[in-house]
Amino acid sequence: MNELNPSGWRPAMGGTSPADAIQTFTGNRALQLEEALLFELGSPDRSGVDFDDVGDIDLTALGPLARSHRADLPGLSEPETVRHYTRLSRQNYAIDLGLFPLGSCTMKHNPRLDEKVARMPGFADVHPLQPVHTVQGALGAINELAHWLIRLTGMHGVAMTPKAGAHGELCGLLCIRAALEAKGDPREVILVPESAHGTNPATAAFAGYRVENIPATPEGRVDLAALTARLGPDVAGVMITNPNTCGLFERDLKTIADAVHAAGGYVYCDGANFNAIVGRVRPGDLGVDAMHINLHKTFSTPHGGGGPGSGPVVLSEALSPFGPLPFTARQPDGSIRLIEEEQANEEHPQAFGRMCAFHGQMGMFTRALAYILSHGADGLRQVSSDAVLNANYVLRRLDDVLDAPFGGAGPCMHEALFSDDGFAEGFSTIDLAKGLIDEGYHPMTVYFPLVVHGAMLVEPTETESKAGLDQFIGAMRSLAERARAGDQLLKSAPHLAPRRRLDETLAARKPKLVYKPA
Amino acid sequence: MTRYFTKDHEWIAVEGSEATVGITDYAQSQLGDITFVEVPATGSAVGKGESASVVDSVKAASDVYAPVSGTVTVANSALEEQPELVNTDPEGEGWLWKMTLSDPSELDALMDEAGYQAFVAEL
Amino acid sequence: MRYLPLTDADRSAMLSVIGAGSIDELFADVPAEARLSDPISGLPNHASEMAVERHMARLSANNITAGSVPFFLGAGAYRHHVPASVDHLIQRGEFLTAYTPYQPEIAQGTLQVLFEFQTQVARLFGTDVANASLYDGSTACWEAIAMAARITKRKKAILSSGLHPHYVETARTMAKFTGDFLDASAPELTTDPDDAALIAKIDGATSCVVVQYPDVLGRIPDLGAIAAAVQAKGALLIAVVTEPVALGLLESPGSLGADIVVGEGQSIGVGLQFGGPYLGLFGCREKFLRQIPGRLCGETVDADGKRGFVLTLSTREQHIRREKATSNICTNSGLCALAFSIHMTLLGGEGLMKMAKLSHLRARQTAERLAMIPGVTVVNRHYFNEFVVTLPKDARQVVRDLADRQVLGGVSMGRLYPQVGSLSGALLVAATECTSEDDIEALATALTEVLA
Repeated sequence: MNELNPSGWRPAMGGTSPADAIQTFTGNRALQLEEALLFELGSPDRSGVDFDDVGDIDLTALGPLARSHRADLPGLSEPETVRHYTRLSRQNYAIDLGLFPLGSCTMKHNPRLDEKVARMPGFADVHPLQPVHTVQGALGAINELAHWLIRLTGMHGVAMTPKAGAHGELCGLLCIRAALEAKGDPREVILVPESAHGTNPATAAFAGYRVENIPATPEGRVDLAALTARLGPDVAGVMITNPNTCGLFERDLKTIADAVHAAGGYVYCDGANFNAIVGRVRPGDLGVDAMHINLHKTFSTPHGGGGPGSGPVVLSEALSPFGPLPFTARQPDGSIRLIEEEQANEEHPQAFGRMCAFHGQMGMFTRALAYILSHGADGLRQVSSDAVLNANYVLRRLDDVLDAPFGGAGPCMHEALFSDDGFAEGFSTIDLAKGLIDEGYHPMTVYFPLVVHGAMLVEPTETESKAGLDQFIGAMRSLAERARAGDQLLKSAPHLAPRRRLDETLAARKPKLVYKPA
Repeated sequence: MTRYFTKDHEWIAVEGSEATVGITDYAQSQLGDITFVEVPATGSAVGKGESASVVDSVKAASDVYAPVSGTVTVANSALEEQPELVNTDPEGEGWLWKMTLSDPSELDALMDEAGYQAFVAEL
Repeated sequence: MRYLPLTDADRSAMLSVIGAGSIDELFADVPAEARLSDPISGLPNHASEMAVERHMARLSANNITAGSVPFFLGAGAYRHHVPASVDHLIQRGEFLTAYTPYQPEIAQGTLQVLFEFQTQVARLFGTDVANASLYDGSTACWEAIAMAARITKRKKAILSSGLHPHYVETARTMAKFTGDFLDASAPELTTDPDDAALIAKIDGATSCVVVQYPDVLGRIPDLGAIAAAVQAKGALLIAVVTEPVALGLLESPGSLGADIVVGEGQSIGVGLQFGGPYLGLFGCREKFLRQIPGRLCGETVDADGKRGFVLTLSTREQHIRREKATSNICTNSGLCALAFSIHMTLLGGEGLMKMAKLSHLRARQTAERLAMIPGVTVVNRHYFNEFVVTLPKDARQVVRDLADRQVLGGVSMGRLYPQVGSLSGALLVAATECTSEDDIEALATALTEVLA
């Protein structure tokens, strides 16, 4: 034996660890890494991009407003940049990590093929104002998606340009307004049921309408009698969410639509919950005149931490002539034309105008089209089947420990609604929701819809496995029991996330929206 | 000075033809932390039951209705910096605006303190 | 179906827990006559990843891509180089597949990015504050007009003739329904924008003046002079920036006196994408904070006193205020804001200046070369990276003929202003750091042929 372990290393296992008591020098906790602000890390001299050096060039063509100082924007080298954003990303929950039971948001798996397709150069590297004959493939993709949306909804036309769901609502209402004005009968009221999305009344107000609320029945549906009683020559239309925000199908929609049409109005349907019925029910068969489709919900374009969305609006034959510019039209020879301001007077004289610059959310169109082609007509029908099956499974596995206000009314659609009725004194929905964070889930939609006190709206979507649902159900049962028993630890949850509850009051009283050096 | 109350949880303290308006302790407790108060402009006319001010909490914005008609003489500028006064002292330092009354008979439809307490107990 | 985890055995087991005989029973609330018994006819059934990719690749191939030919289009969308790390980072699942950060404890990544983004935009624009982004430049421009009407309680907006026509049309669509009055006109082909004529229109009923900087012809209006005139009448100056790279070399609109600055952020990090999704930028003075449309991220602390970020002042928004909201906008353009922020972080102030310098240099070289072609005249006295030339022919046909020679030579003013005959011979030409000297020569050669 000449060498007796010169480095001194030997295998050793640690003892027990009081993790909470450990204070690290960096503030990091192993893989949970803290990250400073860009403005504390970077400087305007640092850069992660190289440009050819052009030296001092003649800047006289800029005129008198040339800058005297470069902008005060901190830069980082590429490795620092990659690390900064990678560390930040790890403080986020995401679908790629687990279930996102957000009612009304349809947070389902985002196929990576769709990302690949959107980056194909013929979609990603073309300019919106190129000559039309140089972008036939891009226009073809838009046209193909439009065709699918029209067929899936049983409607007549589609406005592709709205940038998000609420923008689509606005587009639909502007079509209704334009149609009524064309008849010389402008009208001023839009009826909105209590069970509608909060954006609906806001949108109607922006379109210049007065909003009147229609109550819900105890079963959580639109009060048909109240609605039909209110119809009259001043009512431009109704905005109905179907399936509604209680997760229930509005059985009377066709009856409502017939009554609204008989009174000279139009029916707007909020299509946020289309995922529940895609491939099984066509809104066009129910008398709907306009409906926006959230491509970032039903057709799974990624939410991206809050946009971009995309909200094409399908239109009935009565409303199609009023749809906004621009739009595509397939010619007999198979080529695609773009109808914009130049052609509108001749070919689409009643268009109400433009929703935005250019042609809408192309990057979302290609993703949605790839998603739709992947599923096909049969797969999309399976999507709504499984989405509804998953939601009913959650509802029935939880309705013995959580109050389900409409659970007795039969099956739900794609989302299950619970309330905090039965929790211990002082405990409410927020506590259970924050407890879910510690269990490794994103909370469900809370305190919405307003028709239920302390609402919890759970939408599992079709991309969750049964095993995954069983684990979620187990977590929910455990939390429901803790909330009923009044477990104080739940009141201060979450305990294990990158941050504990944040002081939203302070943020709103003393708004700090930009970084200012101390 | 006489204090009256509305079913929308506003109070109004009247002295002659002058009055001070605010929201009740019950209202602030229901709203939670007040983060911002939008007060009416001095000299603006307010009609009974019309929205004259908005009180924001973190998750809600609530209209405050004028209990009676009249003209705003002064708004509580302290609330700009300290909206929390509406939480800590809703019926004192947390007042919203002062006004002159155009029709004092409108006060007859309002509740007195005992009536309001009974009304709240029913909620 | 590769995206659906449930097996038939799972479905049967779940149905028995629910107490239903079939999935169809779960749809019992749908009236029988509205229920489809089979997949919608006339549409193809599901397809493999390979098949979908092949189909989409065929569509993609049927375009002339900007990167494959000499390329000179601008008019509100610009082709800049985006570093590879930007697209890598935005595809991290924790960014890509995250929801709006309403649960701040598990969304600090997105929230800190938004806070940093807001700060970057405010510094770039020279404003006190900025929001977390809007849909795009055109919708941001309308939101600013609506906000000015709320602040001034006036209804008349004066739009400079140099404002992008799509922005004008977007505002016109909305104004029809809100009752705002818009004073708008098409531009004239003069060397400089007519700031004096614009100033002469301002009166006591004016809520705001909207000025694009640089304008739709690439000219650079004197924002300082306009700001002074606007403020003297108690109105607001809204500056619109469709090419943010310009601010690498030009003074920021905020520092020149603009009250609200909006713009299109597409140039930084986002890419052309045939027009969307893009990125609406919005900054303004601090005193207008509670009138800002869209989402705002703010700094605060958590229960342990640690710094953290939340979406704040959401009571302005429509899901809470319903019909009294400040705006119909409900989302932001989060992933595009992330791309912008990463690209801006890679650039820094120095990198942005270099990128702007190179873009300007290429534009100047292009302008000087095109001016040598018989019948071609450069209109602008000043410009950043975009300028207008007049041609002896209808520019719409010239653009098509250039494309047939594999050159994307610019945007014809006739396409943007089909009703204005005086603009039919004008071509809008843009260059960026992606433009090479060979590209410039190719354009000049092709244009000489087309005009011959």
